[in-house]
Amino acid sequence: MKNENIIQYIYGIADNALILGQRLSELCGHGPNLETDIALTNMALDLLGQTRSYYQYVAQLSGDEKTEDDIAFLRIERQYKNVLLVEQPNRHFGYVITRQFFYDVFHLLLLQELQNSNDETLSAIAKKGIKEVSYHQRFSSDWIKRLGDGTEESHQKVQEAVDDLWKYTDELFHTTKDDELAFQSGIGVDVPKLKERYYKRIGEVLEEATLTIPETKWFQKGGKQGIHSEHMGYLLSDLQYMQRTYPNMKW
Amino acid sequence: MTIALEQHIDPSLISILEKISDPEIPVLSIMDMGVVRFAQIVDDVAQIKITPTYSGCPAMDVIEEDIVHAFAEANIEVKVDLVLSPAWTTDWITPRGRKALEEYGIAAPLEEEADKEALLGNKKIVKCPQCSSTNTKMISQFGSTACKALFQCEDCLEPFDYFKCLK
Repeated sequence: MKNENIIQYIYGIADNALILGQRLSELCGHGPNLETDIALTNMALDLLGQTRSYYQYVAQLSGDEKTEDDIAFLRIERQYKNVLLVEQPNRHFGYVITRQFFYDVFHLLLLQELQNSNDETLSAIAKKGIKEVSYHQRFSSDWIKRLGDGTEESHQKVQEAVDDLWKYTDELFHTTKDDELAFQSGIGVDVPKLKERYYKRIGEVLEEATLTIPETKWFQKGGKQGIHSEHMGYLLSDLQYMQRTYPNMKW
Repeated sequence: MTIALEQHIDPSLISILEKISDPEIPVLSIMDMGVVRFAQIVDDVAQIKITPTYSGCPAMDVIEEDIVHAFAEANIEVKVDLVLSPAWTTDWITPRGRKALEEYGIAAPLEEEADKEALLGNKKIVKCPQCSSTNTKMISQFGSTACKALFQCEDCLEPFDYFKCLK
């Protein structure tokens, strides 16, 4: 497998962590109360930390002068390979939690497989990440139950979020050419295989939360090919602002 | 990024490394924290490998700088690398480190199973570092840094940090 294909494969994983981390970072200081504010930013920190490990590895594989910062801040929209789910904007707290829950369940299943990768760096990043992501999943699952089985208003709001975000879940299991190459060479994960376990786990939590699983069979896709929703441009202009305005700036 | 399987520390370097403290928990040296996995002199250069507690731990950059400064003061050339595997665990905090945590007001991590029970609120077992009561409750799963959760003692009413078990 050529380095270029491995790099694309890594973007497919790492960009999800970057973009979701960015969305959570936007909430720093805006959480509904102190504890949840700290929790969301803690999760953002874990995700950005994981992103750094992936991008440092990409920088090493690409063999040019590129750094992790270039990769995070200086690509154009079409070059980001995150799924549409993670770029969806923050709305109310129930919406943020639902987006997180839908991603956490996938993320944990993915890392549990990726730890068996024959690429030792990816395996190490996955092993480290599993510990963090299990904690995220516990947090978001708890909140899904608390909101779903809470007041009439919280139930209604989180149900609306589930109905709205459901259409982005199927894309998690789509594969690109690079995903397939990575899987065949023992580096990557066979994501379609995770689908059944994913929906089972999601179903169990939603049921306990007295929420209804949407019946819609129509799913949105495009992020993995770099074709994003209208929200992505705004997110990137925020994310990239400092590096675009003051090239090579450092903290 | 490299892989360091076991801890290998040259005894002559310990005194330098023990002077460097964790920037977020200043009572704890990076040795007591267990983040130094390798420290050997190779061709007159001290090769140091450190591992993060959590992936996004912002203390790592500061720790790296502090190591560079400490070795510069000792007139030893140094090279610091970050390693990810095996992943850090709270088991690597030394007994001395655990004691320092408690004295500083942070409850030291419990064993894995006990930790789960405590964080799920099933059992009251986290001991208040102020009054030693176990009549405590979790306030928040996430605390002031990635490695801690927030608790409160229901006897002396003091809030305190609990260092989460990580395995």
